[in-house]
Amino acid sequence: MIEARDLTKRYGDQTAVDHLSFTVEPGKVTGFLGPNGAGKSTTMRLVLGLDRPQSGTATINGRRYRDLAEPLRTVGALLEAKSVHSGRSARNHLLFLAQTQGLPSKRVDEVLGLVGLQAVARKRAGGFSLGMSQRLGIAAALLGDPAVLLLDEPVNGLDPEGVLWIRNLMKQLAAEGKTVFVSSHLMNEMAVTADHLIVIGRGKLIADCSTQEFIARSSDKSVLVRTPDTARLTELIIAAGGQAAADDQAGLGELASSDGAKALDVTGLAAPRIFELAASAGIVLHELTPRASLEEAFLELTSGSLEFGVHESGGQPPGSPDPGHDDHGRQSPGSEPGHRSVPEGSPR
Amino acid sequence: MTSAMPAATAARPAPPRASRGAGFGHLLLSEWTKLRSVRSTIWSLIVLVIVSLGFTALIAALTVANWTGPHAASRDATILADPVSTILGGFGLGQLAVCVLGALVMTTEYSTGVIRASLLAVPRRIPMLVAKGVVFAALILVVGEILAFGSFFLGSVILHSRVVVTLGQPGVARAVIGTGLALAVLGLFAMAIGALIRHTAGAIATVIGVVLVLPILTGLLPGTWGAHINAYLPEQAGGLISQAHQQAGNLLSPWQGFGVFCIWTALLLIAAAYLLRRRDA
Repeated sequence: MIEARDLTKRYGDQTAVDHLSFTVEPGKVTGFLGPNGAGKSTTMRLVLGLDRPQSGTATINGRRYRDLAEPLRTVGALLEAKSVHSGRSARNHLLFLAQTQGLPSKRVDEVLGLVGLQAVARKRAGGFSLGMSQRLGIAAALLGDPAVLLLDEPVNGLDPEGVLWIRNLMKQLAAEGKTVFVSSHLMNEMAVTADHLIVIGRGKLIADCSTQEFIARSSDKSVLVRTPDTARLTELIIAAGGQAAADDQAGLGELASSDGAKALDVTGLAAPRIFELAASAGIVLHELTPRASLEEAFLELTSGSLEFGVHESGGQPPGSPDPGHDDHGRQSPGSEPGHRSVPEGSPR
Repeated sequence: MTSAMPAATAARPAPPRASRGAGFGHLLLSEWTKLRSVRSTIWSLIVLVIVSLGFTALIAALTVANWTGPHAASRDATILADPVSTILGGFGLGQLAVCVLGALVMTTEYSTGVIRASLLAVPRRIPMLVAKGVVFAALILVVGEILAFGSFFLGSVILHSRVVVTLGQPGVARAVIGTGLALAVLGLFAMAIGALIRHTAGAIATVIGVVLVLPILTGLLPGTWGAHINAYLPEQAGGLISQAHQQAGNLLSPWQGFGVFCIWTALLLIAAAYLLRRRDA
């Protein structure tokens, strides 16, 4: 169990974490979601005692990290930044960590096997790919078989197989009753991994709820409909109990201008029902797009709190077709958010 | 602590636990693993050995070759008065390898990010610094003593035709043993500066500056002022231990000089420990 109470961290005049309080429960995967620069890494560093907060406390199983008798047997951490000497072998890196806790060298070989790095155990870590480095970081986190795990952006740099591996590993660890706290800026990755979400923006808590509740709460379940006959469709929708409003922004897309169709933002009816209504009345639809993805919910919640955000101003309208997204606006796992990418790096 | 863990975890087979209470011993072992598993350690020590022995042999051979040359009388008198100091002069350059290695031992933790892993394992931080200091100083002490005795025997053999110098002569054994000791303290001195500055280039430049450049600058100061400041500089004071006896013009005795060097090093280590505890990693 991880508890943060009123954590505040400032670097100079910049506030990275702003009176943040939350609890991470054991037995489930808790996602720590926020755009780059939201303060996720800083929060993790505060929990791990690497940085000192200006105010507030962070405890793990009721104790501050620095008061833990056997820290690596209690908490395992994977930090986003690399923390391996490039000239040291993977095995020696894990060995010196194991020795600080009096763990036998046999345990080092066990975790190397667990993450699939036995073959390169004696190779210098400087030659490792990003994915191998991440696996080494995970091995270090698992070394003491800790009951609490903090993983900062663990899927970064991993191939799809690696992403799946981490996802299953985290679920398995949570099923064993461990506390798994994993940060990400990828909403869709969290949607399939996390049971619970803690969402922050600009260092402040935005949401702390189950993943399902987060999606439900943030989604207005609207559907974008594009048709040349908006007047008749609007009547039908209202008659069926829904609401429809002209969506001028979406109507300005390239497709719309050429085909003469106008966009409607429909709420209160699901996409299949809207299609049935249109089909029964012989109305042509040019587009029918459900808009409530976790990504949008996330962006909606954090849009006011981007540290380095590309604020929407004359950019692509929300919901417009975007290469790299499939029908549901979902991205392939592990990919960066396409049209809203924000610069890398957190304030230090 | 086990009781605080969730039941599901407690039920799992925990990794085998070694006996508890030997915490600091574990840290020493860990720091030894760190030290031996990077190439900079072995390379620095190879440079130390080659340069120290090489210069010892060179200085001794040149001394013998030019023994009766022009203007040799006064120099020969100095050598005759304290031959062991001449022999151990080869460490003047060799010690730079220890300065570099001492700084690297700490700064590479920061430049590679290993410091985060180290501090997660030892969140109280200061035991990590102490363990690192003990292991590193012990390594340099062992290598330094072997090298000091090796240099002494090499140099005394080469000088034998002109000067007979043995460990039994007053102050000689102390000078030889003290040279290894001073090398270990120099290693800690450089390590402390590495911990304070945290950047490799800056730390090495600072250590070399203090060891090589500062004495030259303070030597330019006028009058007894300069002499006094010079005498209490870390490296100037620490180097006195390599002399068989206090020479005319030395303000400090060999042991006093060594003590001054140790005080400098202790102060820097305390500052390093204080900042290590306080600063964000």
